[in-house]
Formats: sequence, C-alpha cells, structure tokens
Amino acid sequence: MNKSDYKLRPDLAIIANNIEQDSRVLDVGCGDGALMAALRDQKNTDARGIEIDPANVSAAVSRGLSVVQGDADTDLSEYPDKSFDYAILSQTLQTTHRPDRVIDNLLRIGRYAFVSFPNFAHWQVRLSLSFGGRMPVTRLIPEKWYDTPNIHHVTIDDFRAIVRERQWIQENQWFLSGDKQTSKAGANILAEHAVFLLRKD
Amino acid sequence: MNQDERYGLDKNVRLLGPLTLDSGAKFAPIECAYETYGTLNSDKNNAILICHGLTGDQYAASTHPVTGKEGWWLNVIGEGKPIDPRHNFIISINVIGSCLGSSGPSSVDPSTEKPYGMKFPVITIADMVRAQAILLDHLGIKTLAAVIGGSMGGMQTLSWAAQFPERVKSAIIIASAARQSAQNIAFHEVGRQSIMADPRWNKGAYYDGDAPTSGLAVARMAAHITYLSETGLTQKFGRRLQDRDEKSFGFDADFQIESYLRHQGISFVDRFDANSYLYITRAMDYFDLADDYGGTLANAFKDTQTRFCVISFDSDWLYPTSESRRIVHAINAAGGNVSFVELKSPFGHDSFLLPAPEMNEIINGFLKAAP
Repeated sequence: MNKSDYKLRPDLAIIANNIEQDSRVLDVGCGDGALMAALRDQKNTDARGIEIDPANVSAAVSRGLSVVQGDADTDLSEYPDKSFDYAILSQTLQTTHRPDRVIDNLLRIGRYAFVSFPNFAHWQVRLSLSFGGRMPVTRLIPEKWYDTPNIHHVTIDDFRAIVRERQWIQENQWFLSGDKQTSKAGANILAEHAVFLLRKD
Repeated sequence: MNQDERYGLDKNVRLLGPLTLDSGAKFAPIECAYETYGTLNSDKNNAILICHGLTGDQYAASTHPVTGKEGWWLNVIGEGKPIDPRHNFIISINVIGSCLGSSGPSSVDPSTEKPYGMKFPVITIADMVRAQAILLDHLGIKTLAAVIGGSMGGMQTLSWAAQFPERVKSAIIIASAARQSAQNIAFHEVGRQSIMADPRWNKGAYYDGDAPTSGLAVARMAAHITYLSETGLTQKFGRRLQDRDEKSFGFDADFQIESYLRHQGISFVDRFDANSYLYITRAMDYFDLADDYGGTLANAFKDTQTRFCVISFDSDWLYPTSESRRIVHAINAAGGNVSFVELKSPFGHDSFLLPAPEMNEIINGFLKAAP
C-alpha cells in the first residue's frame, strides 16, 4: 500500500507520526487494525493488537494483523514487563472499568504509552450540560447516556492531575479541535481530543 | 515433483523408525497412511500439515474409502479455499493409534503376524506428532508453512509448535485446548467403559470374530452429544417425535434426537475400530502440554518464532473459549505472536467442521500474511 492510502483518524495520525521505525507496538483497543496496518507498512513495526469486539478482531486478523480478542481491563496482566516499545490506548480509556490500572499496565508493558481520549471539558460539552441540562451528545461522544460505552468520562485537566499524582512522566502532549491540532493554551476548554505520550521511568 | 511416488492420494509407507514413545517404549516399524494435495514447490516452503480429530482420518479432501463420503474438511481445503492445492502442498496424515492405515491396535504386529490388539503401546499426542515428523523426513519436508488442526488436531498442532518450533512457521489451533479437562476425561471414560462392557470386546482380542459394535456405538452416541450444543439440538430436533404422532409408551426411538443418535452410533462402527477409540481417547486424556515444560504452559512457547492463530466457538462447551484463552495467555506471556478470536456459531464443538465463512476468512488472512 502507498503511504498516502492511509486516512488515519487524526489522533492515530499523531501517534503514527511519533512512533519510531522498527519498534514493537501493542495497540490496546485496536478496532479493525487501521493504525496497526499503517504502522506495519509505514514504520515496519511489529504491531500486536487487543480488541474486545469480535467482528473487529476478525476483520483485523483477516487483513493479516496479529490481534487477540480481549479486554483492556482484564487481559493486559498476561503481557510481560517492557515487552513492547509502545503501548497504545486510543479512545478506549473512557470505556475501561479502571482506567488508572489500565494505564499502569500500559506503562509496565511498554517503554512508552500513548493515551488518547475525548475531552469532557470541551466547551461544547460544557454548554450542552450547563444550558441544555442534558448529558452531552457531541461529535466525539455520540452515544446517549444509556447506551454509551464511555463509563469514565475524563477531562484534560483530570488527566494531567492523575499524571502528577501517579508520578508518571509526560513526554509529550497534542490537542485536537476538529481534525486540526490546537495549542496547549486553554486546551481543557478548546480541545476536543487529547493525545498524551507517557513513560514511567 | 508431481511424479514423486511419495506424493498423492491414499499413500502408505512403512518407516523403520524407531519411534521413541513417551511411555519409554520404542516402536517400530511405523506404518503411515497419508495423502498429499497440490505440489511441493522447489523451495519446499509451501507445505501445510492438516491434523485430524479423534475419529478423523487422512481423507481431509478426498472421498473416504469406507463411507464414500467426501473429504471432511472440504470447507477449508480446495481451489479458492483458504488452503488451496494450487498454491500449497497439503499433507494429511492418519495418526498412529488410528485404524485407517497407520499403525494402530488393529494393524498387524510384524513380530506375531497378528493384530496388536491391547499389545499396542499406549501412545500420546506428542508420540503422534513425532511419528508425523518421521514421515515428513521421509517426504523430504523440513519446514511447514503451517500446521493446522481442530479439536485433537489442535492438540497436535500445539505439540508440533512446542516440539519442533523450528519446523513450524505458522500454527492454527481451532476449538482445542492445551490440556484435556476433567469433564472431557470423564466423557471419554464413559465411552471406553461402554466398549469394554461389550462382551465381544474380549479384552481387545476380537479381530477374529465379531467386534464390540454395541459398545462402540454407545460410546459414539455419548461423545456425539458433546460435539453439539443445546441450542443446536433444540433447533434441529426439539422434542419432535420420529415417524409417529404419539409417544409409544415403550423404548423405541420415539424422539428424533434418539433416532439421530442411534444412527450416528450405528454408522460409526462401520468405519472405526473400538480399540483405536480406546487408544486415541487415552492419548487425548494424557494431553497436558505444560507437563513437559515444568508445569508452566508459557515455557512450551519459550523463544518461539512460530506465528499462532487460535480460534474458538462460543457454543463449544467441550473445548470452550476459556481453554483457547489459556493458550493465548501462555503465548503472550512467552512474548510470542498470536491472534485469537471467538466466533459465533450455534453448532457447538462441531462448528469447525461445518461451513464457517468467518473462520475461512481468518485462516485465509492469517496464512496470506505470513512473511
């Protein structure tokens, strides 16, 4: 496949651009394997995935990717320490039962962890809740309160707080509004989406 | 290559061995019955080994000589299928202990010129695999592009990857386990006791007279239930009566399910040897891959370079998804390369033998992605 054939979601494009050539990558919540396929073909990475939805797993394995049907909350413990260069959790954090433990595992398994999530403090979300008085339904949080898989909504400032509390080391951060990168300033209001690169030591 | 006498349908060869068995005994000579489909390429790197289940055989993609039924895995093997004889050299071997031409209790012991019967040594899954390896040496095949098997075939596949990691590039394990569960040993014991309770079994020495067909048929009936699922049975038979409008108030096969099971039992005895059933179920019961690796399953896959694909079916209660996950966890813990998916199917353990388009897509994608 030609490099230009990959139309990655903007947060995945940021992650893909910041992963070193020839590295080992574990994509937790890899969906149908779009990022893994791009990494394999563009960066020659040895990419592995975990995905909870069997249809997505089938699609990914059928395209030749190494994906295991599993659950970020329960199945990360089986992976040995530092067995990957990068562990990736894209738009999955808010669906886990214990996001803190999942990140702990990512930082144990990978030398680095990418974590991306929709920002629940984005101004549209705030407006929707403050003035609408209803649980926000936005572009990045499209489900209704009763059928959403997002059970742990998080804001950028919440995330920064846990990074400090747990003494994780923040290597880099990126913010997105629409499909465009946006500045760090005022990110907790202006960014729809955040990508963090963390490490533990 | 096509002209090679060693390759083709319905082949038999006697190999000198000896085969060193897990029991410590040495076994020789080894009769091997097998088939090949397709052509071995000049690099000899397109060979795929098919491992069959308990009562399976080498006729994976050709007509069975006794039943006249077509190959048992034509859903997966054939032109345009995931395992394609136009591209792959496909090898299907009757396991030792069986009764379709490979050495087993019904074959003739050259030292006595009589069937082995219960003098045949107790064998294991690992023994079956080592016998296959000896045959592959004879066929001139060092490495296998893939080993693939369902159920007991999956056990062989795991054993292949553990015993001969350098010979196995990819391994597909379907509806299987790295150990036989207590429940499965229990079902096997019911089958074995049924055979041994048939007076015609005669401690295995029945080859001059009538075989213990009643016992074997009941063993098959009990086992057949474990290959299906309650949902499948309910869908297919429910409580429907067989060829009658009323219950008979007797012990005929009133229900369709009874009639079906009796048919399964009766037709099975025509194609399978009762002693083979004892030996092969025993081999499965003894299977616990971790045993040979210090009790830790992950050690069986230490430093493995083999790519693994593990597939389970959600309605399979004989080899449930939890057993497949156990394999996957062990391979992951060893840092191996593994894919795993649980497929939906109402048909229980037998799902892997039935048309399963999703399974085919996965096998196809996994094999095509080999580096």
